[in-house]
Amino acid sequence: MDHDNAYDGLVETQDDARWAFGTGFDDPLAGVDTTVPTGVDGAALAAYCLMLGDDALVSAQRLAQWSTRAPELEEEVALANIGLDLLGQARLLLARAAAADPSVVPPLPEGSPVPSEDALAFFRDAPAFRPVHLTQVPNGDFAVTVVRLTVLSTWRLEVLRALTASRDPVLAAVAEKGVKELSYHRDYAARWCVTLAQGTAVSRSRLVGALGVVWPYLAELSRVHPVERSLVEVGVAADPSAAWLVASAFLDQVLAAGDLEPPGTRSVGTMGGRAGRDGAHTEWLGPLLDEMQVVARAHPMGRW
Amino acid sequence: MTTTDLQAGFDETIAHEWRVEPRDWMPDGYRRTLVRQVAQHAHSEIIGMQPEGGWLTRAPSLRRKQVLMAKVQDEAGHGLYLYSAAETLGVDRDDLTQQLVDSRQKYSSIFNYPALSYADVGTIGWLVDGAAICNQVPLCRSSYGPYARAMIRVCKEESFHQRQGYELLMTMMNGTDAQRAMVQESVDRFWWPSLMMFGPPDADSPNTEQSMAWGIKRHTNDELRQRFVDMSVPQAAALGVTLPDPDLAWNDDRGAHDFGEPDWSEFAAVVRGDGPCNVQRVAHRRAAHEDGAWVREAATAFAAKQAAS
Amino acid sequence: MSDEPVRAGWPLYEVFVRGKRGLNHVHVGSLHAADDEMALRHARDVYTRRNEGVSIWAVRADLVAASSPAEKDPFFAPSADKVYRHPTFYDIPDDVPHL
Repeated sequence: MDHDNAYDGLVETQDDARWAFGTGFDDPLAGVDTTVPTGVDGAALAAYCLMLGDDALVSAQRLAQWSTRAPELEEEVALANIGLDLLGQARLLLARAAAADPSVVPPLPEGSPVPSEDALAFFRDAPAFRPVHLTQVPNGDFAVTVVRLTVLSTWRLEVLRALTASRDPVLAAVAEKGVKELSYHRDYAARWCVTLAQGTAVSRSRLVGALGVVWPYLAELSRVHPVERSLVEVGVAADPSAAWLVASAFLDQVLAAGDLEPPGTRSVGTMGGRAGRDGAHTEWLGPLLDEMQVVARAHPMGRW
Repeated sequence: MTTTDLQAGFDETIAHEWRVEPRDWMPDGYRRTLVRQVAQHAHSEIIGMQPEGGWLTRAPSLRRKQVLMAKVQDEAGHGLYLYSAAETLGVDRDDLTQQLVDSRQKYSSIFNYPALSYADVGTIGWLVDGAAICNQVPLCRSSYGPYARAMIRVCKEESFHQRQGYELLMTMMNGTDAQRAMVQESVDRFWWPSLMMFGPPDADSPNTEQSMAWGIKRHTNDELRQRFVDMSVPQAAALGVTLPDPDLAWNDDRGAHDFGEPDWSEFAAVVRGDGPCNVQRVAHRRAAHEDGAWVREAATAFAAKQAAS
Repeated sequence: MSDEPVRAGWPLYEVFVRGKRGLNHVHVGSLHAADDEMALRHARDVYTRRNEGVSIWAVRADLVAASSPAEKDPFFAPSADKVYRHPTFYDIPDDVPHL
């Protein structure tokens, strides 16, 4: 670097690879055949990609809310890394949904330059979102955040592990990359659960309180939506209930390491059998989306 | 060794443009000035996360959300590198953070201005990070080794920050009329505060001479400000925005731009703590630090138990 | 379970990274962590952006023995000592800034 010319750095492009947002990182879809496999219903595949993509997107939004509020600078960096990974997964999955069934993309004015991944993220109304309720729960304190992250990343890791064998080459590629990311998220969060449980009296009581906040939402994670069932049958989707069985064994180990009992709290019920995967949400999702979508919706013809 | 010998050794190091390293003897004033400068720089990175971090949940595209998240994350990293450099001088991060939240140490005045539209994310990248680069690139040659090394890392990452900001503005200028108006309005608000980032005019900057002699500072405030203006003018033209200074004009004799005088009374107010966002920024940082104390304590207690068992 | 008040600040670690096979580990900077495991995790987050395949050493700064004959240090005359003077011995002045 020329130390007297401040702007030389601007034209140095060979450094791009180190940026987390990914100008230079390996395209997970490089060389992947993106046509929908034969015998697979495009609408079902799109609906399934929205489920997995929305879990990642809403989780990333919750992590973004931690920015400038983390308990230490090193945790600031760690939480952002996890958020970045999940945003990356969300982008690929929303784009896949749009490609598999263009009719899921909300209509925009003629000539709008908004790409389909953004149309799905920013111009879809809440009832068209498909995240599980646990992603929607507000952050609470650091204990709630790490307990929620432990549960979601443990479960998602098993879902993605199964998806590495998906007949959809795009889902398989997303899963391949995601498994490494989720393993890291899970270990980060689980380690914090044990640390808080075994740390001080204050941290233990907060951690126990956090289990009480999160546990009522676990029942939804082992539900199998008809879309999931139909795609499991054709070798495209992962069975969330099977993933949950493996995940809950891991969570039992985390609880044991923290000398914790599963809380005997109640379970959050469904509405006429409908929950997050059906577009029936908590009261928290609407405000979260209002905030996330406000700028994009003000500029449907905007370029960013 | 007597103090005179030590001073002579230090003077020789400076004279040869060698680096001073942590265990070297150094005059008290040099150490004090460096601690102040590095700590303020670290605080600026951390407080500087706030204006942009506030837009993270509202970024208008998923790509922009990733870029901004990576950028705000970098700033946490920069703060962390710089606190580490300060720690080699015998202070620790907790104490420095305490001084920041008690308003006993300062940070860059620019972060006491609000970010009011998404265009501000771009303008902060272009002008604020651009001004920071002008200030910081010479510091990669700081006489103090750990600071210089931290700055090399910081500067490489800052160039990405400026580039993403300029690129966002360029893209918005190619968008709708409303977006172009948003960019111009943002530039109007940030231009003068950006010029103030270089500090008061040389005539009112009493510490500059000593800092330059020690190799802690490499150029005067006015030199850097001029350089920034000269670099920004063609960039503004390429972007298609007007810089809000009627006196801005190329001066052939000087081979540089003439430009108007920033409002130094506003600068003084912001530095004094009476800017638009000083109270809010410090309160936010204090809340995060205090809310996180139980977590940090838990990890310390857990580590102690693990070590004992 | 400890009910004793504990000091919140985490100790300082020095981080060394081997960017690729065949190279030495190089000092890249420092960070704070409560213990070794957290230090490695933070090092991976902060200094490598989780680039896999790099090897990281994290060492508590107060455990590094250092000899630096060219550095003239009247405070620590012995030839092996701490890398940094870690404890806070220095009072920071309240002062007016500009960056």
